[in-house]
Amino acid sequence: MSNTHAPAHRPQDLDDAIAGGVGESPLRPDGTLKVRGDFAYSSDLWAENMLWGATLRSPHPSARIRSIDIGPALRAPGVHTVLTAADVPGRNLYGLKDIDQPVLAEDVVRYRGEAVALVAADHPETARRALDLVEVDYEVLEPVVDAELAARDESVPKVHPGGNTVRYQPIVKGDPDATADVVVSGTYTVGMQDQAFLGPESGLAIPAEDGGVDLYLATQDLHSDRKQTAAALDLDPELVRMTMSGVGGAFGGREDLSMQVHVCMLALRTGRPVKIVYDREESFFGHVHRHPARMYYEHGATEDGDLVYVRAQLYFDGGAYASKTPVVVGNGTTLGVGPYDVANVSIQGWGMYTNNPPCGAMRGLGAVQPAFAYESQMDRLAAKLGMDPVELRVRNAISRGDTTPTGQVLDYPAPVAELLRRVRDLPLPEAQHPDTTPDIRDLPGGASNTTHGEGVVRGVGYGVCIKNICYAEGADDFSTARVRLQVVAGEPLAMVHTAAAEVGQGVVTVQQQITRSELGVERVNIHPNDTSVGPAGSSSASRQTYVTGGAVQAACRAVRERLLALTAERYGEPPSELSLAGGKVVSASSGVLADIAEVLGSEVVEETREYHHRETFPLDEQGHSERAQVQHAFSAHRAVVDVDTELGLIKVVQLDCSQDVGKAVNPESVVGQIQGGSAQGLGLAVMEEIQVGEGKIRNPSFTDYLIPTILDMPPMNVDVIERGDPNAPYGVRGVGEPPTISSTPAIVAAIRAATGKELTHVPVGPEHVIG
Amino acid sequence: MDFLRPACWSEALEAKANHPDATPVAGGTDVMVELNFDHRRPETLLDLTRIEQLREWSRTERDGVASVRIGAGVPYSRLIDELGTSLPGLAMASRTVGSPQIRNRGTLGGNLASASPAGDGHPPLLASNAEIELESVRGSRTIPIGEFFTGVKRTAMAPDELVAAVHVPVSTGPQQFSKIGTRNAMVIAVCTFAIALWPDRRGVGTGLGSAAPTPRPATEAEAFLAAALTDADQWDDPRPLPDSITERFGELVAHAAAPIDDVRGTAGYRTHALRVLARRTLSWAWDEYRGDTEFSGRQRCA
Repeated sequence: MSNTHAPAHRPQDLDDAIAGGVGESPLRPDGTLKVRGDFAYSSDLWAENMLWGATLRSPHPSARIRSIDIGPALRAPGVHTVLTAADVPGRNLYGLKDIDQPVLAEDVVRYRGEAVALVAADHPETARRALDLVEVDYEVLEPVVDAELAARDESVPKVHPGGNTVRYQPIVKGDPDATADVVVSGTYTVGMQDQAFLGPESGLAIPAEDGGVDLYLATQDLHSDRKQTAAALDLDPELVRMTMSGVGGAFGGREDLSMQVHVCMLALRTGRPVKIVYDREESFFGHVHRHPARMYYEHGATEDGDLVYVRAQLYFDGGAYASKTPVVVGNGTTLGVGPYDVANVSIQGWGMYTNNPPCGAMRGLGAVQPAFAYESQMDRLAAKLGMDPVELRVRNAISRGDTTPTGQVLDYPAPVAELLRRVRDLPLPEAQHPDTTPDIRDLPGGASNTTHGEGVVRGVGYGVCIKNICYAEGADDFSTARVRLQVVAGEPLAMVHTAAAEVGQGVVTVQQQITRSELGVERVNIHPNDTSVGPAGSSSASRQTYVTGGAVQAACRAVRERLLALTAERYGEPPSELSLAGGKVVSASSGVLADIAEVLGSEVVEETREYHHRETFPLDEQGHSERAQVQHAFSAHRAVVDVDTELGLIKVVQLDCSQDVGKAVNPESVVGQIQGGSAQGLGLAVMEEIQVGEGKIRNPSFTDYLIPTILDMPPMNVDVIERGDPNAPYGVRGVGEPPTISSTPAIVAAIRAATGKELTHVPVGPEHVIG
Repeated sequence: MDFLRPACWSEALEAKANHPDATPVAGGTDVMVELNFDHRRPETLLDLTRIEQLREWSRTERDGVASVRIGAGVPYSRLIDELGTSLPGLAMASRTVGSPQIRNRGTLGGNLASASPAGDGHPPLLASNAEIELESVRGSRTIPIGEFFTGVKRTAMAPDELVAAVHVPVSTGPQQFSKIGTRNAMVIAVCTFAIALWPDRRGVGTGLGSAAPTPRPATEAEAFLAAALTDADQWDDPRPLPDSITERFGELVAHAAAPIDDVRGTAGYRTHALRVLARRTLSWAWDEYRGDTEFSGRQRCA
């Protein structure tokens, strides 16, 4: 936030433009606090007289609950209440798409970690120990653990009464049985990735005198949480008030409910404030993960390298509850050929219930898995054709005016070929002088001193991707903004109020920038996110700058209209002649008329607007839709990787990205998103996997679920281009997800180039490299 | 939970004698993690951080061998900064421990007392025939590192004993340490290997980590290499080692391992990697011994 204040001035001057508008990179309002460790996260919440909640979770992936005895726990000193399914006041079910998940398990548990009972006690350790005293008698059942088997084999036990298929979606374009001269096929698998946000799930619920509850929490979507929580509590949504507290990362992992209903139930039952904070291990059981997938692909092409057809079957393991599985299937199938123009497409996608951990939203939702497969296929095809992998991609790249497999015509820039060429032309790392001894930290194995160069081979690989931006398939996708303009301490001050969750991506700064540009005022405050303003939707699908940015723009323009009307009244100039700049009202004919502060006087101008993006439509049974998705984004990566071919250890030496962002509202944040997304994709490429055996997570900790460190994430050349989308506010295009998607296949391609191995699974482990 | 904070070593020994079940805590990098994960609920914690003498090291001589006596509370970062020349293998292993913050807090004594099969400090101590000085109100005793580990996270310590210090002979030849992890820093070992050449006594030391229920030396490999070097008069007239020697050494090191499959890696990979690490570290140590390269794998800057 800029703190510059203008000295004494004359209203006639218009010499300094407002700093920190759209296209600049002003400091984040929360930046300094976060860097200094002073930022309050939701886990730091505290209230007088507060109790601590804890959650008893199922130790079994599949079991019937014969009985629960809460007596011994209830009698433990310091314990205030113990709650089970019978205590859920309202609907004991919630869910983002399909409402299928119990708040507390009733007669069955469907995954290891499912919530069974709740305790509130006067100390967190007392609550934790009381969990051990809740006696649950389980009849343990054989878990369903193979999603593909669940899809194919009717005899697999049903995880839910309605069967094991959450969504099946075919996509057919052209001739599904087309043939080609050159054919490559492969089977690819993607492991279960975790969002690995650093701030664990936490919330503080305070019972209110009106019978309602105030919940302070970290989430991605306040209104979605409120709707589900109110239904479970059997309260009018107006009585369930939610306020955003500091969010320590999200990446999709906070879209589903975690402690929301639980902590409110405990607070309403005890009549006292109750706080729940998960520890790291519980967090692994308390949120959804990225869907593991098994994907069968066949690509057909001409001898010249033109794609003739793509056929694929995609199996996504949704785990015990639906969560975002329907969307994963929608995204996975519709984007399943990648950013390529293909005449004949036949893709089938299955999202399945199993007794594995529930999977749902994570950055790159449903597009990450097929991107690994289709990009691996493109490399395989290039090898078979003897073509350069970039040339093959450029030759088949989709572009503006082309038709997607769903029949949607891309009516905005789609510079895929340009991105590929640009990333290819970025500078490569300088070759090490043969006489210099390398620093071991630059070699595979890094600080662990496993090689001084022995066995090390370098490879280069490419990846490019497509990701839909915003909600799709007919969802009414909108956000709400309330903008108030008034004079405070002699200066105009704008207050922006939305429910758009700041999860680290910088939407607070973007809102300030838009307001500065639209209203020409420097001081813009962001009201805390809460449910007293209309919905903003989730901070996901790379959508907030698009939709909340659009809503803030619309609200600002409504405020501006009123301000100009005020000016017109006073100065007798028609509003169409007036504009706002540099804190002043300017007339096209007679120059600066007055300071905004002067025009406003004691008036408070406040407007609330919704922004709805262009309508989208559902897919039909053939996967067709005039417009299934409102916008697509593209990024291309080049990875340079050193592999210790004897030990299978990997060092990504350089990772470069070209991405079209439509309009870089905040160029520094854009680059930050690309770096962060690339790091998350690197994690999936070489280390990040939740290992699940017989339905149980084997590595629920940051000791054994590894995410990249500074020694793993290399320097990047980031090349941002702006090919504006004429349909979007300021021409923006979602930024956050694409770099997570295209980095993974680029890194694996580089490892293949170094080793000659097929590498059909991510993450690539040492054993894959030497095997 | 009781939290005992002795102000000096004799008070600590008293406390341990009175509370044999007390869990000693120094840097807390193992104990606090276990508490946080609720894997342990000790009735009593014995805080050793106020005992100055545990944080001291000194040069000594034991049976005519120049040694360093390292107080149990010396953190890894000081082993790196202050003992890198005298005890290069231990310093190299210390560099691979966790993050800078962990290296500032974690101690060698704590690493020994936890006795994890994956403890990074153990293999170089094995390769150096270090001795562990244990003390209780009953008195002090010193046992060879090879007899210290008795099982997974179990040691030869009596319930009333504390680790006072570690005695490590000063290096007389090259030492190396390598650790496999699936991340380039801050990683628990998939497996580790340490080697030390002792030209003064014509000896070879080794240590394997995360390769068996306890850290262990590859005794056959040590004997084979020492004999091969002596037979070929390599100690006094070092020449390039024939591939057959490094290969055989790698085989014998791999043979000494008894690894398991777990979440960090398979037994098969561990055995393979130990073979490779044994060959490589031997070649680096031997190159250094021959003096034809300056490079010892050390980081060139902090």
